[in-house]
Amino acid sequence: MPEELSSPDRSSSTAPAGVTAVVQFEDVSIRFDGKPVLQEISFSVERGQTLVLLGPAGCGKSVLLKLANGLLKSDSGTIRVFGEEIDKLRRRELYALRARIGMVFQESALFDSLNVEDNVAYRLHEERVPEAEAHARVVEALKFVELQAAIDKFPSELSGGMRRRVSIARAIISHPDLILYDSPTGGLDPITSTTIIELVMKQRDVWHTTSLVVTHRLQDAFILATNRFDPATGGMKRLPRDGADHGIDEGTKFLLLNEGKIVFHGTTEELVHSDDPWVKRYLE
Amino acid sequence: MPILPPEVFIKKQVAAVQEYSILAGRAIADLFSRPFYWDDIFTQMDSIGVGSMPIVVLTGFFTGCILALQSATALQEFGAVSKTGTLVSLSMVKELGPVLTGLMVSGRNAAGMASELGSMKVTEQIDAMRALGTDPVRKLVTPRLIATVFMLFFLTIIADAVGIAGGALVSVGMLGLNASSYLHSSYSSLVHGDIVQGLTKPLFSGFIIATVGCFYGMRTTGGTQGVGRATTQAVVVSSVFIIVMDFIVTRLMIGIFGS
Repeated sequence: MPEELSSPDRSSSTAPAGVTAVVQFEDVSIRFDGKPVLQEISFSVERGQTLVLLGPAGCGKSVLLKLANGLLKSDSGTIRVFGEEIDKLRRRELYALRARIGMVFQESALFDSLNVEDNVAYRLHEERVPEAEAHARVVEALKFVELQAAIDKFPSELSGGMRRRVSIARAIISHPDLILYDSPTGGLDPITSTTIIELVMKQRDVWHTTSLVVTHRLQDAFILATNRFDPATGGMKRLPRDGADHGIDEGTKFLLLNEGKIVFHGTTEELVHSDDPWVKRYLE
Repeated sequence: MPILPPEVFIKKQVAAVQEYSILAGRAIADLFSRPFYWDDIFTQMDSIGVGSMPIVVLTGFFTGCILALQSATALQEFGAVSKTGTLVSLSMVKELGPVLTGLMVSGRNAAGMASELGSMKVTEQIDAMRALGTDPVRKLVTPRLIATVFMLFFLTIIADAVGIAGGALVSVGMLGLNASSYLHSSYSSLVHGDIVQGLTKPLFSGFIIATVGCFYGMRTTGGTQGVGRATTQAVVVSSVFIIVMDFIVTRLMIGIFGS
């Protein structure tokens, strides 16, 4: 596998001293046209953790992700990202903060007038990175998502799965400290979905990036929780059940939303053993 | 579409005016700080300015032709056919050149901006831009504002010139007027105030076209149907604003120059 898979030291890219939570929501509520979409949401995501957001369609998962990136403003409550209160930041400060956050959108949201290389290099071009360096980093990012051959293609020439992979490459090119995945497998066939989840896992296990993953597919969530990326094979590998972690990735947590409220927040073990009738019904 | 209670309707309209003012204010403020997107500015100048040339030239030319025909018929009754050049040039420079160019560019470019930005909005490309650390107002709205104001000014000059030329063609070719006297009366009838009035209007029209087009594009919701709605609204609102602005500027100019 490519050399970029050697696990890097991420300790230098950190939040302010004393801040361990990368994302922190405190009593966050938001309404659209008077209807409550999220109500008094409180949770936090620690550095290196992967939080899987589950819930039925329309329960506010994508809204929560957009709030975390400052794309929407909450009506009440506090949202801290890297220790900064996101609603109180000025326009310029917010754009500077977003340089540390990567986001993969539900429908990929690639710029259709730009080819794959320019889409992936978008952030680098904005930062005036020299062309040769930007090209090398694009190639590296496309290698990560195994899509080097598509570098000159336009989004209209790509399949849904390829678009999603380009979107992941665009999100990781600047090695962000936080990645927000908004339904990265939505609308894809099961095989392509597994490929995308493998990439999310690869990013988690190779770069140890803190991430929030919105999905409505339980299968994807449990694949993430019970597998690890194996650099030797370049694919995912089931975590051994006999280990101390009982075959479950300790850094992957779950947050279940229903009708704008948190119904569960905890580990995989706690989720599968939950006594909450709604959670049980949802898992069935 | 459901009928809204009056207070909700008024609230929505006031909120829209507030949003429009904020967008226009930000687009202007971004003119005075870095980064500047020069590539986008030149691309938009090409698309808006060069791309609108054919319709502006055709509209200007035939407006001049029609004006000459119509005015000659009326002036003949008073034995003042020789004044055709004066009427054509004054009408073109002060009124028809700026307004018709504004309306044509509005139909073409306000619609184009609303549909392009609207499509980007509904496919989350605007959100993606923000998520990637780029301010969409600075990247998308400000270049369109600069390009429209700058290019509309020159398009108006071209429309005025071809309009007067069209008037000349009809006056000489169809009405049998003397070319030299037509052009002389056209030129000598224009005073400084007429030119200032005629060239102040495109500055405001350009501002209206770009800000209204971008405003409706940036607030598009409701998928492809929403894009269509935004495009229609952008053309209707910008056209009405251009006519209203024309009245206000004309009144102001009459106040300043006296005619």
